[in-house]
Amino acid sequence: MSGDPSSIRYRRGAAPFGALLLLTAAGAAAADPVEDERWELLRATYFADRAIEDAGQLLGLEAPKRAQDAAIVPLKVLLSPELRAKKLTLIVDDNPVPLAAAIDLGEASAPGALETRVRVNEYTNVRAVAETEDGRLLMTSRYIKAAGGCSAPALKDPAQSLARMGKMKMNLPDRIPAGSPVTAQLLISHPNNSGLQFDQVSRFFIPPHYIRSVSVSYNGKPVLEMTTDISISEDPNFQFSFVPEADGMLEVRAVDTKDKVFTESWPVKVAPAS
Amino acid sequence: MRPPPAMTAARAAPTLAAAALALLWAGAGAAQELPVREVAPGVFVHEGAHEETAPGNGGDIANIGFVVGEDAVAVIDTGGSPAIGRRLRAAVESRTRKPVRYVVNTHMHPDHVFGNGAFPEAELVGHANLADALARRLETYKARLAEELGPEAAAGIGAPEVDVAVADRLRLDLGGRALEIQAFPTAHTNNDVTVLDPATGTLFTGDLLFVERVPAVDGSALGWLRAMDALAAQPAARVVPGHGPTLEGWPASLAAQRRYLDSLVTEVRQALKAGRGLSETVERAATAEGLGWALFETYHPRNVTAVYAELEWE
Ligand SMILES: [Zn+2]
Repeated sequence: MSGDPSSIRYRRGAAPFGALLLLTAAGAAAADPVEDERWELLRATYFADRAIEDAGQLLGLEAPKRAQDAAIVPLKVLLSPELRAKKLTLIVDDNPVPLAAAIDLGEASAPGALETRVRVNEYTNVRAVAETEDGRLLMTSRYIKAAGGCSAPALKDPAQSLARMGKMKMNLPDRIPAGSPVTAQLLISHPNNSGLQFDQVSRFFIPPHYIRSVSVSYNGKPVLEMTTDISISEDPNFQFSFVPEADGMLEVRAVDTKDKVFTESWPVKVAPAS
Repeated sequence: MRPPPAMTAARAAPTLAAAALALLWAGAGAAQELPVREVAPGVFVHEGAHEETAPGNGGDIANIGFVVGEDAVAVIDTGGSPAIGRRLRAAVESRTRKPVRYVVNTHMHPDHVFGNGAFPEAELVGHANLADALARRLETYKARLAEELGPEAAAGIGAPEVDVAVADRLRLDLGGRALEIQAFPTAHTNNDVTVLDPATGTLFTGDLLFVERVPAVDGSALGWLRAMDALAAQPAARVVPGHGPTLEGWPASLAAQRRYLDSLVTEVRQALKAGRGLSETVERAATAEGLGWALFETYHPRNVTAVYAELEWE
Protein backbone atom coordinates (compact mmCIF):
# COMPACT_ATOMS: atom_id res chain seq x y z
CA MET A 1 0.00 0.00 0.00
CA SER A 2 1.50 3.31 -0.95
CA GLY A 3 0.53 6.87 -1.62
CA ASP A 4 -2.49 8.79 -0.50
CA PRO A 5 -5.13 6.25 0.55
CA SER A 6 -7.90 8.34 -0.95
CA SER A 7 -6.40 7.90 -4.39
CA ILE A 8 -6.90 4.16 -4.05
CA ARG A 9 -10.54 4.42 -3.03
CA TYR A 10 -11.43 7.10 -5.50
CA ARG A 11 -10.83 7.67 -9.09
CA ARG A 12 -10.70 11.21 -10.23
CA GLY A 13 -13.74 12.30 -12.20
CA ALA A 14 -12.97 14.24 -15.33
CA ALA A 15 -13.45 17.98 -14.92
CA PRO A 16 -17.12 18.47 -15.67
CA PHE A 17 -17.02 22.11 -16.65
CA GLY A 18 -15.74 23.85 -19.74
CA ALA A 19 -12.35 25.46 -19.97
CA LEU A 20 -13.87 28.89 -19.36
CA LEU A 21 -14.19 27.99 -15.72
CA LEU A 22 -10.44 27.94 -15.40
CA LEU A 23 -10.45 31.69 -15.74
CA THR A 24 -12.36 32.18 -12.53
CA ALA A 25 -10.98 32.74 -9.09
CA ALA A 26 -13.36 31.72 -6.35
CA GLY A 27 -14.04 34.47 -3.87
CA ALA A 28 -12.54 37.17 -6.04
CA ALA A 29 -13.90 40.65 -5.45
CA ALA A 30 -16.23 42.30 -7.95
CA ALA A 31 -13.68 44.72 -9.34
CA ASP A 32 -10.81 42.30 -9.18
CA PRO A 33 -8.54 42.09 -12.25
CA VAL A 34 -9.47 38.46 -12.89
CA GLU A 35 -13.17 39.37 -12.98
CA ASP A 36 -12.42 42.35 -15.23
CA GLU A 37 -10.40 40.21 -17.57
CA ARG A 38 -13.18 37.67 -17.73
CA TRP A 39 -15.74 40.33 -18.53
CA GLU A 40 -13.53 41.68 -21.30
CA LEU A 41 -13.53 38.20 -22.82
CA LEU A 42 -17.30 37.83 -22.46
CA ARG A 43 -17.98 41.31 -23.77
CA ALA A 44 -15.91 40.61 -26.88
CA THR A 45 -17.69 37.26 -27.33
CA TYR A 46 -21.24 38.53 -26.98
CA PHE A 47 -21.03 42.15 -28.14
CA ALA A 48 -17.90 42.28 -30.33
CA ASP A 49 -16.48 45.79 -30.30
CA ARG A 50 -19.72 47.66 -29.59
CA ALA A 51 -19.60 50.30 -26.88
CA ILE A 52 -21.51 49.52 -23.67
CA GLU A 53 -22.63 52.40 -21.48
CA ASP A 54 -23.52 52.42 -17.81
CA ALA A 55 -27.31 52.28 -17.64
CA GLY A 56 -27.65 54.51 -14.59
CA GLN A 57 -31.29 54.78 -13.49
CA LEU A 58 -32.68 53.41 -16.73
CA LEU A 59 -32.01 49.79 -15.92
CA GLY A 60 -32.22 48.16 -12.50
CA LEU A 61 -31.02 44.73 -11.45
CA GLU A 62 -32.12 43.11 -8.21
CA ALA A 63 -30.29 40.03 -7.00
CA PRO A 64 -29.58 38.64 -3.55
CA LYS A 65 -26.13 39.57 -2.21
CA ARG A 66 -25.66 35.94 -1.28
CA ALA A 67 -27.24 33.14 -3.24
CA GLN A 68 -29.38 31.15 -0.81
CA ASP A 69 -29.92 28.09 -2.95
CA ALA A 70 -27.28 27.91 -5.69
CA ALA A 71 -29.76 26.16 -7.98
CA ILE A 72 -32.42 28.88 -7.68
CA VAL A 73 -31.17 32.47 -7.57
CA PRO A 74 -33.81 35.07 -8.46
CA LEU A 75 -32.77 37.89 -10.82
CA LYS A 76 -35.10 40.82 -11.42
CA VAL A 77 -34.49 43.40 -14.13
CA LEU A 78 -36.31 46.74 -13.98
CA LEU A 79 -36.71 48.40 -17.36
CA SER A 80 -37.69 52.03 -17.31
CA PRO A 81 -40.05 53.16 -20.11
CA GLU A 82 -37.56 55.88 -21.15
CA LEU A 83 -35.01 53.19 -21.91
CA ARG A 84 -37.08 52.02 -24.89
CA ALA A 85 -35.40 48.63 -24.75
CA LYS A 86 -35.88 46.16 -27.58
CA LYS A 87 -33.54 43.48 -26.33
CA LEU A 88 -32.20 42.29 -23.00
CA THR A 89 -29.27 40.00 -22.31
CA LEU A 90 -28.64 38.31 -18.95
CA ILE A 91 -25.14 37.13 -18.16
CA VAL A 92 -23.75 35.19 -15.20
CA ASP A 93 -20.01 35.80 -15.68
CA ASP A 94 -18.52 32.83 -13.87
CA ASN A 95 -20.94 30.13 -14.93
CA PRO A 96 -19.80 27.46 -17.40
CA VAL A 97 -22.17 28.99 -19.97
CA PRO A 98 -22.36 32.66 -18.94
CA LEU A 99 -25.12 33.75 -21.34
CA ALA A 100 -28.27 32.87 -19.39
CA ALA A 101 -30.84 34.44 -21.71
CA ALA A 102 -31.16 36.78 -24.67
CA ILE A 103 -34.64 38.27 -24.75
CA ASP A 104 -36.31 40.19 -27.58
CA LEU A 105 -39.03 42.45 -26.21
CA GLY A 106 -41.92 42.36 -28.67
CA GLU A 107 -44.60 44.90 -29.51
CA ALA A 108 -47.06 43.48 -26.96
CA SER A 109 -44.53 43.62 -24.14
CA ALA A 110 -44.50 46.37 -21.56
CA PRO A 111 -41.56 47.92 -19.79
CA GLY A 112 -41.38 47.17 -16.10
CA ALA A 113 -40.06 44.13 -14.30
CA LEU A 114 -38.67 41.00 -15.90
CA GLU A 115 -37.70 38.24 -13.53
CA THR A 116 -36.17 34.80 -13.83
CA ARG A 117 -34.06 32.36 -11.78
CA VAL A 118 -30.53 31.31 -12.49
CA ARG A 119 -27.99 28.82 -11.25
CA VAL A 120 -24.89 30.33 -9.71
CA ASN A 121 -21.75 28.23 -9.58
CA GLU A 122 -19.29 30.61 -8.00
CA TYR A 123 -18.91 34.07 -6.60
CA THR A 124 -19.83 36.01 -9.71
CA ASN A 125 -20.90 39.21 -11.36
CA VAL A 126 -24.33 39.07 -12.97
CA ARG A 127 -25.25 41.56 -15.68
CA ALA A 128 -28.22 42.87 -17.57
CA VAL A 129 -27.42 44.49 -20.91
CA ALA A 130 -30.24 46.29 -22.69
CA GLU A 131 -30.23 47.28 -26.34
CA THR A 132 -32.33 50.32 -27.08
CA GLU A 133 -34.48 50.92 -30.12
CA ASP A 134 -31.80 53.28 -31.44
CA GLY A 135 -29.09 50.65 -31.06
CA ARG A 136 -27.29 51.69 -27.88
CA LEU A 137 -26.12 49.14 -25.31
CA LEU A 138 -26.64 49.92 -21.63
CA MET A 139 -25.53 47.72 -18.77
CA THR A 140 -26.01 47.27 -15.06
CA SER A 141 -24.40 44.62 -12.87
CA ARG A 142 -24.47 43.08 -9.41
CA TYR A 143 -22.08 40.85 -7.51
CA ILE A 144 -23.42 37.64 -5.98
CA LYS A 145 -21.67 35.57 -3.38
CA ALA A 146 -22.08 31.86 -3.83
CA ALA A 147 -24.23 29.87 -1.42
CA GLY A 148 -22.25 28.05 1.24
CA GLY A 149 -21.91 24.49 2.40
CA CYS A 150 -23.93 21.83 0.67
CA SER A 151 -25.84 24.10 -1.71
CA ALA A 152 -25.07 23.24 -5.32
CA PRO A 153 -26.45 24.36 -8.68
CA ALA A 154 -27.85 20.90 -9.37
CA LEU A 155 -31.23 19.30 -9.86
CA LYS A 156 -32.83 18.21 -6.61
CA ASP A 157 -34.93 15.45 -8.07
CA PRO A 158 -34.03 14.56 -11.69
CA ALA A 159 -36.58 11.74 -11.87
CA GLN A 160 -39.44 14.02 -10.90
CA SER A 161 -38.30 16.80 -13.26
CA LEU A 162 -38.28 14.38 -16.15
CA ALA A 163 -41.68 12.94 -15.23
CA ARG A 164 -43.23 16.42 -15.16
CA MET A 165 -41.37 17.71 -18.21
CA GLY A 166 -43.27 20.13 -20.41
CA LYS A 167 -45.98 20.97 -17.92
CA MET A 168 -46.62 24.72 -17.83
CA LYS A 169 -48.31 27.08 -15.48
CA MET A 170 -49.27 30.75 -15.96
CA ASN A 171 -50.11 32.97 -13.03
CA LEU A 172 -52.18 36.01 -13.97
CA PRO A 173 -53.85 38.59 -11.75
CA ASP A 174 -57.56 38.21 -11.06
CA ARG A 175 -58.46 41.50 -12.68
CA ILE A 176 -56.85 42.53 -15.96
CA PRO A 177 -57.65 46.06 -17.14
CA ALA A 178 -57.66 46.56 -20.91
CA GLY A 179 -54.73 48.50 -22.35
CA SER A 180 -52.69 48.51 -19.14
CA PRO A 181 -49.53 46.55 -18.37
CA VAL A 182 -50.20 43.23 -16.65
CA THR A 183 -47.63 41.13 -14.82
CA ALA A 184 -47.66 37.41 -15.63
CA GLN A 185 -45.56 34.55 -14.32
CA LEU A 186 -44.73 31.59 -16.54
CA LEU A 187 -43.44 28.30 -15.15
CA ILE A 188 -42.21 25.54 -17.45
CA SER A 189 -41.35 22.21 -15.89
CA HIS A 190 -38.12 20.96 -17.37
CA PRO A 191 -34.94 19.51 -15.84
CA ASN A 192 -32.94 22.08 -17.82
CA ASN A 193 -30.12 19.65 -17.42
CA SER A 194 -26.73 21.25 -17.78
CA GLY A 195 -25.34 17.99 -19.12
CA LEU A 196 -22.00 18.75 -17.57
CA GLN A 197 -21.91 16.00 -15.02
CA PHE A 198 -20.13 12.76 -15.54
CA ASP A 199 -22.20 9.59 -15.65
CA GLN A 200 -20.40 7.04 -13.48
CA VAL A 201 -22.16 4.13 -15.07
CA SER A 202 -21.77 4.92 -18.75
CA ARG A 203 -18.44 6.73 -18.22
CA PHE A 204 -19.65 9.52 -20.50
CA PHE A 205 -20.79 13.02 -19.92
CA ILE A 206 -24.56 13.19 -19.74
CA PRO A 207 -25.71 15.14 -22.80
CA PRO A 208 -27.25 18.53 -22.02
CA HIS A 209 -31.01 18.76 -22.17
CA TYR A 210 -32.46 22.17 -21.62
CA ILE A 211 -35.01 24.66 -22.89
CA ARG A 212 -33.33 26.61 -25.67
CA SER A 213 -36.09 28.99 -26.67
CA VAL A 214 -39.32 30.36 -25.30
CA SER A 215 -41.77 32.51 -27.24
CA VAL A 216 -44.64 34.32 -25.60
CA SER A 217 -47.28 36.07 -27.69
CA TYR A 218 -50.64 37.71 -27.11
CA ASN A 219 -53.23 37.48 -29.86
CA GLY A 220 -50.45 36.70 -32.29
CA LYS A 221 -48.35 39.71 -31.33
CA PRO A 222 -44.93 38.91 -29.82
CA VAL A 223 -44.39 39.62 -26.14
CA LEU A 224 -41.04 37.90 -25.59
CA GLU A 225 -38.72 35.84 -27.79
CA MET A 226 -36.11 34.25 -25.55
CA THR A 227 -33.03 32.23 -26.27
CA THR A 228 -32.12 30.45 -23.05
CA ASP A 229 -29.30 28.26 -21.78
CA ILE A 230 -28.20 26.10 -18.85
CA SER A 231 -27.65 29.00 -16.47
CA ILE A 232 -31.44 29.19 -16.23
CA SER A 233 -32.65 27.13 -13.25
CA GLU A 234 -34.49 23.85 -13.60
CA ASP A 235 -38.21 24.43 -14.12
CA PRO A 236 -37.56 27.73 -15.97
CA ASN A 237 -39.56 30.58 -14.51
CA PHE A 238 -40.19 34.00 -16.08
CA GLN A 239 -42.13 36.97 -14.84
CA PHE A 240 -42.90 39.62 -17.43
CA SER A 241 -45.31 42.38 -18.34
CA PHE A 242 -47.55 42.66 -21.36
CA VAL A 243 -50.38 44.89 -22.50
CA PRO A 244 -53.66 43.19 -23.47
CA GLU A 245 -55.64 45.64 -25.57
CA ALA A 246 -58.63 43.30 -25.66
CA ASP A 247 -59.74 39.78 -24.73
CA GLY A 248 -57.49 37.16 -26.23
CA MET A 249 -55.04 34.32 -25.92
CA LEU A 250 -51.68 34.34 -24.20
CA GLU A 251 -49.64 31.70 -25.98
CA VAL A 252 -46.33 30.06 -25.10
CA ARG A 253 -44.11 27.90 -27.26
CA ALA A 254 -40.96 26.41 -25.76
CA VAL A 255 -38.40 24.23 -27.53
CA ASP A 256 -35.75 22.12 -25.84
CA THR A 257 -32.39 20.87 -27.11
CA LYS A 258 -33.95 17.57 -28.19
CA ASP A 259 -36.23 19.67 -30.41
CA LYS A 260 -39.21 18.76 -28.32
CA VAL A 261 -41.83 21.49 -28.61
CA PHE A 262 -44.08 22.42 -25.71
CA THR A 263 -47.05 24.71 -26.31
CA GLU A 264 -49.83 25.99 -24.16
CA SER A 265 -52.26 28.91 -24.18
CA TRP A 266 -54.35 30.76 -21.65
CA PRO A 267 -57.45 32.83 -22.39
CA VAL A 268 -57.33 36.36 -21.01
CA LYS A 269 -60.48 38.28 -20.28
CA VAL A 270 -59.93 41.98 -19.79
CA ALA A 271 -61.99 44.29 -17.66
CA PRO A 272 -63.03 47.58 -19.26
CA ALA A 273 -60.43 50.27 -18.61
CA SER A 274 -61.46 52.40 -15.67
CA MET B 1 -14.11 -3.63 -4.62
CA ARG B 2 -11.40 -6.21 -3.89
CA PRO B 3 -9.17 -5.61 -0.90
CA PRO B 4 -5.66 -4.58 -1.89
CA PRO B 5 -2.94 -7.21 -1.21
CA ALA B 6 -1.71 -5.49 1.93
CA MET B 7 -5.10 -6.00 3.53
CA THR B 8 -5.12 -9.73 2.76
CA ALA B 9 -1.78 -9.92 4.50
CA ALA B 10 -3.24 -8.00 7.40
CA ARG B 11 -5.74 -10.81 7.97
CA ALA B 12 -2.97 -13.41 7.98
CA ALA B 13 -0.79 -11.59 10.48
CA PRO B 14 -3.04 -9.21 12.34
CA THR B 15 -0.75 -7.79 15.01
CA LEU B 16 2.19 -6.91 12.85
CA ALA B 17 0.11 -5.62 9.97
CA ALA B 18 -2.08 -3.52 12.24
CA ALA B 19 1.00 -1.89 13.66
CA ALA B 20 2.34 -1.27 10.17
CA LEU B 21 -1.01 0.15 9.11
CA ALA B 22 -1.11 2.46 12.09
CA LEU B 23 2.28 3.79 11.05
CA LEU B 24 1.11 4.23 7.46
CA TRP B 25 -1.98 6.14 8.47
CA ALA B 26 -0.01 8.33 10.84
CA GLY B 27 2.27 9.05 7.90
CA ALA B 28 -0.65 9.86 5.61
CA GLY B 29 -1.73 12.75 7.82
CA ALA B 30 -2.29 13.48 11.49
CA ALA B 31 -4.63 10.54 12.12
CA GLN B 32 -5.39 11.53 15.65
CA GLU B 33 -8.19 9.31 16.89
CA LEU B 34 -11.64 10.87 16.68
CA PRO B 35 -13.45 10.68 20.02
CA VAL B 36 -16.36 8.23 19.86
CA ARG B 37 -18.97 7.11 22.38
CA GLU B 38 -20.37 3.58 22.62
CA VAL B 39 -24.10 4.39 22.60
CA ALA B 40 -25.05 0.67 22.65
CA PRO B 41 -22.91 -2.49 22.72
CA GLY B 42 -20.69 -2.40 19.64
CA VAL B 43 -22.25 0.82 18.32
CA PHE B 44 -19.93 3.84 18.32
CA VAL B 45 -20.86 7.43 17.50
CA HIS B 46 -18.89 10.61 17.01
CA GLU B 47 -20.94 13.78 17.25
CA GLY B 48 -20.04 16.62 14.89
CA ALA B 49 -20.20 20.33 15.72
CA HIS B 50 -23.24 22.52 14.96
CA GLU B 51 -21.15 24.71 12.70
CA GLU B 52 -20.42 25.28 9.05
CA THR B 53 -17.20 23.70 7.83
CA ALA B 54 -14.32 25.92 8.96
CA PRO B 55 -10.63 25.53 9.83
CA GLY B 56 -11.53 25.28 13.51
CA ASN B 57 -13.57 22.09 12.98
CA GLY B 58 -11.80 20.70 9.91
CA GLY B 59 -15.13 19.57 8.42
CA ASP B 60 -16.16 17.69 11.56
CA ILE B 61 -19.78 18.88 11.48
CA ALA B 62 -21.85 15.70 11.01
CA ASN B 63 -22.42 12.60 13.11
CA ILE B 64 -20.48 9.58 11.98
CA GLY B 65 -20.03 6.17 13.54
CA PHE B 66 -19.46 2.46 13.21
CA VAL B 67 -20.94 -0.87 14.24
CA VAL B 68 -18.76 -3.85 15.15
CA GLY B 69 -19.98 -7.38 14.36
CA GLU B 70 -18.35 -10.72 15.15
CA ASP B 71 -16.44 -10.73 11.86
CA ALA B 72 -16.41 -7.21 10.49
CA VAL B 73 -17.16 -3.54 10.94
CA ALA B 74 -19.54 -1.22 9.09
CA VAL B 75 -18.74 2.49 9.08
CA ILE B 76 -21.72 4.81 8.77
CA ASP B 77 -20.71 8.09 7.13
CA THR B 78 -17.13 9.22 7.10
CA GLY B 79 -17.04 12.94 7.87
CA GLY B 80 -16.51 16.18 5.98
CA SER B 81 -12.90 15.81 4.86
CA PRO B 82 -10.31 13.13 4.08
CA ALA B 83 -8.59 14.06 7.37
CA ILE B 84 -11.75 13.39 9.41
CA GLY B 85 -12.08 10.06 7.61
CA ARG B 86 -8.54 9.11 8.64
CA ARG B 87 -9.27 10.11 12.23
CA LEU B 88 -12.42 7.97 12.18
CA ARG B 89 -10.35 5.07 10.91
CA ALA B 90 -7.94 5.57 13.80
CA ALA B 91 -10.92 5.42 16.19
CA VAL B 92 -12.13 2.17 14.60
CA GLU B 93 -8.68 0.62 14.82
CA SER B 94 -8.26 1.49 18.46
CA ARG B 95 -11.53 -0.32 19.28
CA THR B 96 -11.26 -3.41 17.12
CA ARG B 97 -8.94 -5.30 14.82
CA LYS B 98 -11.81 -6.57 12.71
CA PRO B 99 -11.78 -5.32 9.12
CA VAL B 100 -14.05 -2.58 7.85
CA ARG B 101 -16.19 -4.50 5.38
CA TYR B 102 -18.67 -1.75 4.52
CA VAL B 103 -18.91 2.00 4.42
CA VAL B 104 -22.51 3.22 4.28
CA ASN B 105 -23.12 6.77 3.02
CA THR B 106 -26.48 7.95 4.34
CA HIS B 107 -26.64 10.53 1.49
CA MET B 108 -24.53 12.69 -0.83
CA HIS B 109 -23.72 15.67 1.40
CA PRO B 110 -20.02 16.42 1.70
CA ASP B 111 -19.98 16.50 5.51
CA HIS B 112 -21.02 12.82 5.43
CA VAL B 113 -18.96 11.38 2.57
CA PHE B 114 -15.69 13.25 2.14
CA GLY B 115 -13.85 10.90 4.50
CA ASN B 116 -14.66 7.83 2.34
CA GLY B 117 -11.11 7.67 1.02
CA ALA B 118 -9.82 6.51 4.41
CA PHE B 119 -11.51 3.12 3.91
CA PRO B 120 -10.20 1.87 0.56
CA GLU B 121 -10.79 -1.80 1.37
CA ALA B 122 -14.48 -1.43 2.21
CA GLU B 123 -17.46 -1.85 -0.09
CA LEU B 124 -19.32 1.43 -0.46
CA VAL B 125 -23.06 1.12 0.21
CA GLY B 126 -25.52 3.87 -0.69
CA HIS B 127 -28.84 4.80 -2.23
CA ALA B 128 -29.37 3.88 -5.87
CA ASN B 129 -29.33 7.63 -6.65
CA LEU B 130 -26.17 8.37 -4.66
CA ALA B 131 -23.55 8.10 -7.41
CA ASP B 132 -25.48 10.26 -9.86
CA ALA B 133 -26.43 12.86 -7.23
CA LEU B 134 -22.88 13.23 -5.99
CA ALA B 135 -21.41 13.29 -9.50
CA ARG B 136 -23.62 16.29 -10.30
CA ARG B 137 -22.31 18.17 -7.27
CA LEU B 138 -18.81 16.91 -6.68
CA GLU B 139 -16.93 19.78 -8.31
CA THR B 140 -18.97 22.35 -6.39
CA TYR B 141 -18.49 20.50 -3.10
CA LYS B 142 -14.76 20.16 -3.65
CA ALA B 143 -14.41 23.83 -4.56
CA ARG B 144 -16.32 24.80 -1.39
CA LEU B 145 -14.15 22.57 0.78
CA ALA B 146 -11.02 24.07 -0.78
CA GLU B 147 -12.37 27.56 0.00
CA GLU B 148 -13.28 26.59 3.53
CA LEU B 149 -10.24 24.54 4.54
CA GLY B 150 -7.65 25.18 1.85
CA PRO B 151 -6.90 23.31 -1.38
CA GLU B 152 -4.86 20.56 0.29
CA ALA B 153 -7.88 19.56 2.41
CA ALA B 154 -9.84 18.65 -0.73
CA ALA B 155 -6.97 16.94 -2.54
CA GLY B 156 -7.62 13.40 -3.70
CA ILE B 157 -11.39 13.47 -3.39
CA GLY B 158 -12.85 11.80 -6.47
CA ALA B 159 -16.21 10.48 -7.60
CA PRO B 160 -17.23 7.54 -5.44
CA GLU B 161 -17.77 4.11 -6.87
CA VAL B 162 -20.88 2.81 -5.15
CA ASP B 163 -20.37 -0.95 -4.86
CA VAL B 164 -23.77 -1.75 -3.38
CA ALA B 165 -26.65 0.45 -4.59
CA VAL B 166 -29.80 0.20 -2.49
CA ALA B 167 -33.14 0.90 -4.17
CA ASP B 168 -35.34 -0.42 -1.36
CA ARG B 169 -33.96 -2.56 1.47
CA LEU B 170 -30.78 -4.48 2.10
CA ARG B 171 -29.16 -6.51 4.92
CA LEU B 172 -25.46 -6.15 5.61
CA ASP B 173 -24.00 -9.12 7.47
CA LEU B 174 -21.22 -8.33 9.93
CA GLY B 175 -21.17 -11.83 11.49
CA GLY B 176 -23.69 -12.46 14.28
CA ARG B 177 -25.15 -9.09 13.52
CA ALA B 178 -26.87 -7.75 10.40
CA LEU B 179 -27.64 -4.12 9.65
CA GLU B 180 -30.80 -3.19 7.78
CA ILE B 181 -30.43 -0.48 5.18
CA GLN B 182 -33.57 1.27 3.94
CA ALA B 183 -33.70 3.63 0.97
CA PHE B 184 -36.23 6.46 0.89
CA PRO B 185 -37.94 8.41 -1.89
CA THR B 186 -36.84 12.07 -2.20
CA ALA B 187 -36.84 13.74 1.22
CA HIS B 188 -33.80 15.52 2.72
CA THR B 189 -32.14 14.65 -0.61
CA ASN B 190 -33.04 12.22 -3.40
CA ASN B 191 -30.62 9.65 -1.97
CA ASP B 192 -31.33 9.14 1.74
CA VAL B 193 -30.84 5.80 3.45
CA THR B 194 -31.17 4.80 7.11
CA VAL B 195 -29.21 2.11 8.95
CA LEU B 196 -30.89 0.03 11.64
CA ASP B 197 -29.00 -2.25 14.02
CA PRO B 198 -31.78 -4.59 15.20
CA ALA B 199 -29.46 -6.17 17.78
CA THR B 200 -29.48 -2.99 19.87
CA GLY B 201 -32.43 -1.11 18.36
CA THR B 202 -30.13 1.69 17.21
CA LEU B 203 -31.24 3.62 14.14
CA PHE B 204 -28.82 5.84 12.20
CA THR B 205 -31.18 8.22 10.42
CA GLY B 206 -28.59 10.16 8.44
CA ASP B 207 -29.98 13.62 7.74
CA LEU B 208 -33.56 12.38 7.68
CA LEU B 209 -33.40 13.62 11.25
CA PHE B 210 -31.76 16.82 12.45
CA VAL B 211 -31.65 17.48 16.19
CA GLU B 212 -30.80 21.02 17.42
CA ARG B 213 -29.32 22.02 14.04
CA VAL B 214 -31.90 23.41 11.62
CA PRO B 215 -32.97 20.84 8.99
CA ALA B 216 -31.76 21.63 5.44
CA VAL B 217 -34.10 20.88 2.55
CA ASP B 218 -32.14 19.71 -0.48
CA GLY B 219 -34.79 17.36 -1.86
CA SER B 220 -38.46 17.83 -1.08
CA ALA B 221 -40.14 19.17 2.06
CA LEU B 222 -43.35 17.29 1.32
CA GLY B 223 -41.40 14.12 0.58
CA TRP B 224 -39.51 14.56 3.83
CA LEU B 225 -42.70 14.86 5.85
CA ARG B 226 -43.90 11.62 4.24
CA ALA B 227 -40.55 9.96 4.90
CA MET B 228 -40.87 10.86 8.57
CA ASP B 229 -44.05 8.78 8.79
CA ALA B 230 -42.17 5.79 7.40
CA LEU B 231 -39.22 6.57 9.66
CA ALA B 232 -41.43 6.65 12.74
CA ALA B 233 -42.50 3.08 11.99
CA GLN B 234 -38.92 1.79 12.34
CA PRO B 235 -38.54 -0.34 15.49
CA ALA B 236 -35.85 1.72 17.23
CA ALA B 237 -34.99 2.21 20.87
CA ARG B 238 -32.61 5.07 20.15
CA VAL B 239 -31.68 7.17 17.15
CA VAL B 240 -28.41 8.64 15.95
CA PRO B 241 -29.46 11.69 13.92
CA GLY B 242 -27.32 13.14 11.14
CA HIS B 243 -26.67 16.13 13.36
CA GLY B 244 -27.20 16.50 17.11
CA PRO B 245 -27.18 14.20 20.11
CA THR B 246 -28.17 10.55 20.10
CA LEU B 247 -31.64 10.32 21.58
CA GLU B 248 -33.57 7.67 23.44
CA GLY B 249 -37.35 7.87 23.03
CA TRP B 250 -38.52 7.12 19.54
CA PRO B 251 -40.39 8.35 17.59
CA ALA B 252 -41.12 11.28 19.96
CA SER B 253 -37.73 12.73 18.99
CA LEU B 254 -39.10 13.45 15.51
CA ALA B 255 -41.55 16.03 16.80
CA ALA B 256 -39.40 19.18 16.68
CA GLN B 257 -38.31 18.56 13.10
CA ARG B 258 -41.89 17.85 12.06
CA ARG B 259 -42.97 21.17 13.56
CA TYR B 260 -40.24 22.98 11.65
CA LEU B 261 -41.04 21.39 8.29
CA ASP B 262 -44.78 21.85 8.80
CA SER B 263 -44.33 25.54 9.57
CA LEU B 264 -41.97 25.97 6.61
CA VAL B 265 -44.54 24.48 4.24
CA THR B 266 -47.32 26.58 5.79
CA GLU B 267 -45.26 29.78 5.55
CA VAL B 268 -44.47 29.24 1.88
CA ARG B 269 -48.02 28.20 0.96
CA GLN B 270 -49.31 31.41 2.53
CA ALA B 271 -46.82 33.46 0.54
CA LEU B 272 -47.83 31.76 -2.69
CA LYS B 273 -51.49 32.28 -1.92
CA ALA B 274 -50.86 35.96 -1.24
CA GLY B 275 -49.01 36.25 -4.57
CA ARG B 276 -45.70 37.16 -2.96
CA GLY B 277 -42.65 36.57 -5.14
CA LEU B 278 -39.70 34.40 -4.27
CA SER B 279 -37.33 37.23 -3.29
CA GLU B 280 -39.89 38.91 -1.07
CA THR B 281 -40.83 35.65 0.58
CA VAL B 282 -37.18 34.90 1.34
CA GLU B 283 -36.54 38.41 2.66
CA ARG B 284 -39.43 38.14 5.08
CA ALA B 285 -38.36 34.67 6.13
CA ALA B 286 -34.82 35.81 6.85
CA THR B 287 -36.11 38.06 9.60
CA ALA B 288 -38.04 35.28 11.31
CA GLU B 289 -36.44 34.08 14.49
CA GLY B 290 -36.98 32.46 17.84
CA LEU B 291 -37.39 28.86 16.85
CA GLY B 292 -34.22 27.95 18.72
CA TRP B 293 -32.52 26.06 15.89
CA ALA B 294 -28.75 26.28 15.45
CA LEU B 295 -27.71 27.89 12.12
CA PHE B 296 -31.31 29.01 11.53
CA GLU B 297 -30.27 32.26 9.84
CA THR B 298 -27.98 30.45 7.42
CA TYR B 299 -30.31 27.68 6.37
CA HIS B 300 -33.84 28.96 6.79
CA PRO B 301 -33.71 31.40 3.83
CA ARG B 302 -32.29 28.61 1.67
CA ASN B 303 -35.04 26.27 2.80
CA VAL B 304 -37.68 28.86 1.96
CA THR B 305 -36.15 29.24 -1.51
CA ALA B 306 -36.13 25.51 -2.18
CA VAL B 307 -39.60 24.92 -0.78
CA TYR B 308 -41.02 27.90 -2.70
CA ALA B 309 -39.81 26.36 -5.97
CA GLU B 310 -41.25 23.02 -4.87
CA LEU B 311 -44.67 24.26 -3.82
CA GLU B 312 -45.41 26.65 -6.67
CA TRP B 313 -46.29 23.58 -8.72
CA GLU B 314 -49.07 22.55 -6.31
ZN1 LIG C 1 -27.34 16.35 4.64
